Formats: sequence, structure tokens, C-alpha cells
Amino acid sequence: MATSVIDRSPATHAPENTGIWSWITTVDHKRIGILYGATAFLFFLIGGLEALFMRIQLMKPDNTFVSAATFNSLFTMHGTTMIFLGVMPLSAMFFNYFIPLQIGARDVAFPRLNAFSYWVFLLGGLFINFSWLINAAPNAGWFGYANLTERTYSPGLNTDFWVLGLQILGIASMAAAINFFVTIVNLRAPGMKMLRMPMFVWMSFITQILLLLAFPVITIALVFLMMDRHFGTHFFIPEGGGDPILWQHLFWIFGHPEVYILILPAFGIVSEVLPVFSRKPLFGYTAMVFSGAFIAFLGFGVWSHHMFATGMGPFADSFFALSTMLIAVPTGVKIFNWIGTLWGGSLQMKTPLYFALGMIAMFIIGGLSGVMHSSPPADLQQTDTYFVVAHFHYVLFGGSIFGLTAGAYYWFPKMFGRMLSEKIGKLHFWLMFIGFNVTFFPMHFLGLNGMPRRVYTYPAGLNFEFWNRIQTYGSLLLGVSFLVFIYNLWQASRKPADAPADPWKGATLEWLIPSPPQEFNFADVPPVNSSMPAWDLRRAGGGQLPEPPRVSGAGIHMPRPSYWPVVAAFGVLGVIGSVLFTEAFPHWYFITLGGAAVLFYGVYRWAFEPAF
Amino acid sequence: MDAHAHAPAGEHSHPTPALYFKVALVLFVLTALEVMAFEAGHGGMGAGIRPVIEPIVVELLLVLSAAKFALVAMFYMHLKQDSRLLTNLFVFPILLAAGVIMGLIVLLQYWRTVGAH
Amino acid sequence: MSDAAAHAMEHHTSTGIDSRKVAIWTLIGSECLFFASLISTYLVYKGKSLVGPLPHAESQCMLHGAMQKCEGVFEIKLVTTGTAILLFSSFFVVMALYGAQKGNRKMLVGWLAATVMCGLFFVSMQVYEFNHFYHKGMGYGTNLFSSTFYTLTGFHGSHVSVGVIWLSTLLVLAIRGKLPPEKSLNLEIAALYWHFVDVVWIVIFPVVYLMR
Repeated sequence: MATSVIDRSPATHAPENTGIWSWITTVDHKRIGILYGATAFLFFLIGGLEALFMRIQLMKPDNTFVSAATFNSLFTMHGTTMIFLGVMPLSAMFFNYFIPLQIGARDVAFPRLNAFSYWVFLLGGLFINFSWLINAAPNAGWFGYANLTERTYSPGLNTDFWVLGLQILGIASMAAAINFFVTIVNLRAPGMKMLRMPMFVWMSFITQILLLLAFPVITIALVFLMMDRHFGTHFFIPEGGGDPILWQHLFWIFGHPEVYILILPAFGIVSEVLPVFSRKPLFGYTAMVFSGAFIAFLGFGVWSHHMFATGMGPFADSFFALSTMLIAVPTGVKIFNWIGTLWGGSLQMKTPLYFALGMIAMFIIGGLSGVMHSSPPADLQQTDTYFVVAHFHYVLFGGSIFGLTAGAYYWFPKMFGRMLSEKIGKLHFWLMFIGFNVTFFPMHFLGLNGMPRRVYTYPAGLNFEFWNRIQTYGSLLLGVSFLVFIYNLWQASRKPADAPADPWKGATLEWLIPSPPQEFNFADVPPVNSSMPAWDLRRAGGGQLPEPPRVSGAGIHMPRPSYWPVVAAFGVLGVIGSVLFTEAFPHWYFITLGGAAVLFYGVYRWAFEPAF
Repeated sequence: MDAHAHAPAGEHSHPTPALYFKVALVLFVLTALEVMAFEAGHGGMGAGIRPVIEPIVVELLLVLSAAKFALVAMFYMHLKQDSRLLTNLFVFPILLAAGVIMGLIVLLQYWRTVGAH
Repeated sequence: MSDAAAHAMEHHTSTGIDSRKVAIWTLIGSECLFFASLISTYLVYKGKSLVGPLPHAESQCMLHGAMQKCEGVFEIKLVTTGTAILLFSSFFVVMALYGAQKGNRKMLVGWLAATVMCGLFFVSMQVYEFNHFYHKGMGYGTNLFSSTFYTLTGFHGSHVSVGVIWLSTLLVLAIRGKLPPEKSLNLEIAALYWHFVDVVWIVIFPVVYLMR
């Protein structure tokens, strides 16, 4: 049992567990956040390579850089990777690292469950990418429409890797969502009422709720597809009475909330960065909270706008058109409030602000093309063309990636105790901004001129050549911008870790502890009387804040490291992955049973070991 | 939303075993009524009562099962005595779930057969 | 900050509710959407099977390649018994929890054992039912009814099984005297899961078995 005396004397030395075993058994949210970030960044680069290969193939008509079959895998894996292995875990990096810090907590509510989520994510990402090595990469689109994904039309293992990989990843997301939800509800510092939480925490909170409510639906859809493929059912097979459209409904009931899961954390980051770099409080805090909640809630009522071309009938079309147009309203509220925050502020033109401004501008463009899609007659022309590709890249890359990059530049000093270079950062921004727009803006033209999506090539003479070529050059420039970013990270890592606790004069609690924070985060949680506790303290101190000292922290009991979450994660992989072998071995279910045994054993040992 | 003390929520009007037993009896009776409604609505209890029950059998069953649901949630799951947060954690997804079920039925059963396109 | 306050901060929660209790309710909320998807699919495909067997007796349906009189596979009496048993098990577990909170080991063990027995009975009933249907020609992929029925009730049944394992583990702990009142929250959480599983059946029973 821990003592209740915390040693606040200066730290004599900072013992750091740096061995690989300490990383494997860690339950510290900050380390888990870094694991998520590094892993996600690598997967993101793989997804980027997949995109570059597609762009090279599309650079000229009738090109033969890759085959049609490979191209199908490229666009499927690019989408799946960027969404599930890129944006979501990059957001998870920030959820992990900063939610506890911003609410003044020591860690998340269930540290071992947190570790479990990471390891399941890693194994799921490796599982699905393993398919490349045996030439069986998923190839039926990231949305896996039935009945293309049924055995008759997709006989190989490709779709199985996709179905099973997503199930594994789903478990990671659900476990993490429960964890962060409970953490935010239950572990806030005294004085931090819900309506005093930082905007990043609010948007993340809403995101967790969306995850909890949307993922079960796709889980069931994937179960049905798996049963059709391997166990003789006909959920989506017309010959057996099934309806392929049911797949689309179930998928998009998940899929639409999923896009809000992808964008809300970035919205939260922008809402953090703008006030700090305008030296002004966020305009309309309460409206920002409620508009975020409204967007999420309404997001469950718009899903069939992805299905305007499936013949649902005028009533369904009208209902979903109206609900989709309605969602533009709370989104507009956010944009106006961001402008209101900047207006009259003392703008600090640093890299985080550049990316935040870029995010807002690009998201507006993506939102405008989105509103165009919301009209069913217009969408009948736009759907399945490059116009849609333009739209979602503007909101997902222009929106989520620019927002996450703003977060990276903003929070890097806190996480690693070093400043990223401003000069290189601004170069990164301009290369990325120009490269992005050169790549994706012309897609609006191509789409309206009739170039379809998901085609591996096009004939000459349709007027598609010029813009495709330009887009490929743009994508190469985008690739270069990422190299610049990597260089920025590398050169910063070679500096000593002596960045100040609060280089940006931030408003929230994470800036009141050393950079990087000590394992226990806060020795004493500062008083919280508003949504800007660090600014309150700074004002009380006459505009100054003392550099927080590193203290010994002995006497604070921290959760114990554990390897049972890793064991349990392998169990999950075994149970779900075993379905891959239904055709290969008659007794494939022994693998399932083996996986279940590992899972049960891991869970039992985890349950019975003491947490602290 | 500060916590006040360590007092576990809901210890004040704590239900007794006697109350739990009464709830169990009511649940049993409601189940019996459900089965009776089913039988009556399909001729299993004679031709007299069938035309009365048959047109409303679905609604009857839904009401009876909703009552059972509410009893288990309020008394056995302790929601009546616990913090409102927990009730909201349950009710909100249930409403969403009901919406999803209705939405899918309308889109895939009703409008399909009515031939709205 | 005083030492006592610092120590209190370790176990203090913003809502005053234990985090594990909030977590189980969060899980329950999420599970509502699982079962909603399964129930929706059952209802959307209701009446759309191309061949029999069918749940309730119909004048005829396509069976073994020919139009025949359709019996209807459901055995309402058996399932009603299982439903009643599951309902009573919710009562039993609440009594076990009461015993745990009052430190009454005999009460705890007795009622908890009864709960586990009920759960085992329910699962056995389902296994018997599935087997019976299989012998009537209702394989997993035979028709839409069979696929949706087995998936929905199978999912529910696996949730019951997980609950039985969980409660059995607590039963063993209780017998060994390792479930004192301070640890009764562990049983409370398992009981909440158990009640949820019961509540899902409260919806499935009429919707699947009693509606034609």
C-alpha cells in the first residue's frame, strides 16, 4: 500500500527505463501515445507510397506501371491504411498523451486496457499488411461492397484479410473508446467541470462516443460477410434471398459517424492552437461544444447520402439530403467561431498556426464540395467520379492531416522536450500546402468532366491527360514535404532536451509541467477555475510563469507495468486470424481454440494481478 | 461536476429482498401475459378472443416487453437509485438503437415493398 | 496539498461513481448497437426466406425442393421456460449481491450458485434448440431465417456463456471467502452485465418467437 507523502524535493537524477522490455510492458499513457504515433506514422508513409504508385500509374493514359489487379489493391489498401492505420491512430497518439494531462490526471482510467488497445492495433495493422507479402492484399475497395466481396467474385484471401483485419482493429478502437470515455467522465481535476475542459478533450470525448456507437454496426456487418464467405449464409447474396444493399446500409451507418471520428480531433486541435497563437480566448466556447455534439448526433442520421445512386426512392433521398444539408449549420458555427477567435488577436505566425489556418481553409473547400454532394440530383453526376475523391481528400487530408500536423508542431516540445525548427516547419507547410492543392484541386475538374474513380487507367483523347499529369507532380511534391517533416523531426532529436515547459504561452494544464513530463504528470494539480487555467495563473503572476521544477515524486504510486495485455492481444489475433485458414485446413478451429486459450489465460492473469 | 465524498451512490433508499422478489413475480406474470397474447392472437385460445387480440398483438408484445425491460433496468440494475449519468449512458444508445432498427425497416422493408421508386 | 487529500485524490472520481462501474455501463450502451444491428437484420429479412423451414406454422413453404405444409420449428413452451429461468436468474444474482454487500457468505454463495445454474440451463436449452432445428433441416445457411436466427441468438448465447464464466469465477472466489463486502463491486459489475444479457433476451423473445 502506498504512503501518502509525496516527495517534492528536487529530482536528484531522472532514472529512465529505456530498454525494449520497458516499452513492451509499459502502461504509461505518454509512452503508449508515442508508440501509437510512431507506428501510425510508419503506416501513414506506407499509405502514402500506395498513393504515389497510383499517381504514377495514372500519370499518362494506358500506362502499365502497375497491373489492374495491383491497382485495385493499391486503392483499397491506401484507403484502409490511411483511415484505420493512419488518421485514427495519429489521433490516438494525442488522445493518449494529452487527455490525461489536459484534465489533470495521472493516467487513463484503465492503463493496462490502454496498452492492450495499442498492441491489438499493431497486430491488426501488421496482419492486414502481411497480405501484400503473399500477393493477397485486399482489393475490393476500403468499403468492401457486397456482393463483390462474396466468395463468387472475390475467391482469394484478399477480402478475408480485410474483413478480419478490420475486426481486430475494431477491438482496439472499442477498448480505447471505453477507456477514454471513462477517463474524461471520471478523472478530471477538482474544479474542472465538463464545461471547463479544453476543446481538444471535448472533441475527443465526442469522438469516443461516436466510436462506441458506430463500431458495433460495422462489426456485425463484417460478421455477416464472413459468414457468407465461409459458413454458407446468404446475408448479402441475392441467390439466397439476401440483399447487397443491406451491406451498404450497415456499412454507412458506421461509415458516416466514422468520418466525424476522423475530423473531430483535428477540430479540437485547431480550437487549441488558434487561441494560443492569437493570444485570445476561443470565441464562443459553449457554442463550439454544442455544435460538436450536434454534428456527432446528426451524423447518425445522414448515412444514406452515400447511397443516392442505389435507387432508394424519393422519400429516402429527400430525407437524407435534408439531414445532410442541416449538418453544414453546426460546422459553419465552428468555422465562424474560429474566425472570431483570430479576429483582433495578436497573431503569432508560428508553424502550428500555419497548419491550423491551412486546415480551416482546406476544410471549407471540402465542405463546399460536400454540400454539393448533398443534393441527390447533383450527386448522381458526381458520385463515383474524381469529384468525390477531391471532396474527401480536402476534408480528410486538408482537414484531418493538416489539423494533426498542427498538433504535432504544437505539442512536440511538450512530448520530447525539444523545439522543432520554425524555418523547416514553414518550408514543410508551404510544400505540403502547394503539393496538396496541386494534387487534389484538379480532381474537381476531372470529376465533373466524367473521370470515374477506381480506374487503373484511361484511354487517350478524353481530355484527362493534362490534369492527371499535374496531379502526379503535385503528389511528388507532397511526398517531398513529408521528407522535409522527417528531416525536421530528425534534426530536433539531435538537440538536447531543454525546451521550456511553456514555449507557446499555452492556456491549458499540460504547459504547467516540465517538457517532457515526469512519469506521474503532476505532483500537485493546479487550481482550475476556468477553461484556461494556465492563463489564469500567468495573469495572477503578472504575466510570468515560473519554470516548473522536476521533483522526486517518490510516494506517488503509479500503475505497474504488465505484459498480460500483450499476451491477450496475441490471443485476439489468434481467434480472429484463425478464420483465414477455413479453406486451408479442415481442423482450422484448433487455431481458434488455441487463440481463445491464450486470450482467456492472458485476461485471467491480468484480472488477478494487482494494478499498482 | 465535483464528487462530494466517498459515499457510494444510491445507498439511501436501498431496495430490500422483498422488493426484488415482488419484481420477480411481476416479471413472471408479464412473461405469462406475453405468451398468452401470442396464443390468443393466433387462435390458440379459441376463436372468440382471436379477433380482439390479433390486430394489436405486436403492440401488446412491445408494451409488455418494454415494461419488463424497464423493471429490470430500474430495480435490478439499480438505475432508479443510482446517478442519472448511468441512466443516460443506457437510454441514449437505446434510443439510437431503436432509431437504427426503425430506419432499416423503413428503408429495406417498407419502402421496398411499397415500391417508392 | 495535505497528505490525506493527496491520498484521497488517488481514488477520487469526478462523478463519485467507481470507474469500473461507469465502464461496464459504457460497454452496455455500446452493446445495444450490436444487438440493434442483429435485430434489424432479423426483422428486415423476416418473411423473405426463399425456402423453409420457417419459424411458425405456415400453410405451405418450399421444403426439400417441393411446396409442402410448413410446421414451424419453434417450440414456444421450451423457450418460454428458458426465458422465465433467465428472468429468475436476474433475481437470484441481485440477491447474491445483497448477500455480498451485507457480508453474508452463505447468502452470497447460495444465490450466486443458483444464478450460474440458471445460466447453464439457458445455454443448454439453446444448444438443444439449435440441435433440434438442425435435425429438422435447418442448417446455418439454409435460408434467411436460419442465418439471422442462429446469428442473433448465437451472439446472445455467447454473451450468456461469457457471463456464466464470469459469474462462476466470482462464485469460486466467494466460496473461498475472497469476496468480502469491500469487493462486492466486482460482483455488482458482473451482475450488471448479466442483467443486460437478460434484458436483451427480453427483447429477442417476443420479437423473434412471438411475432409472426
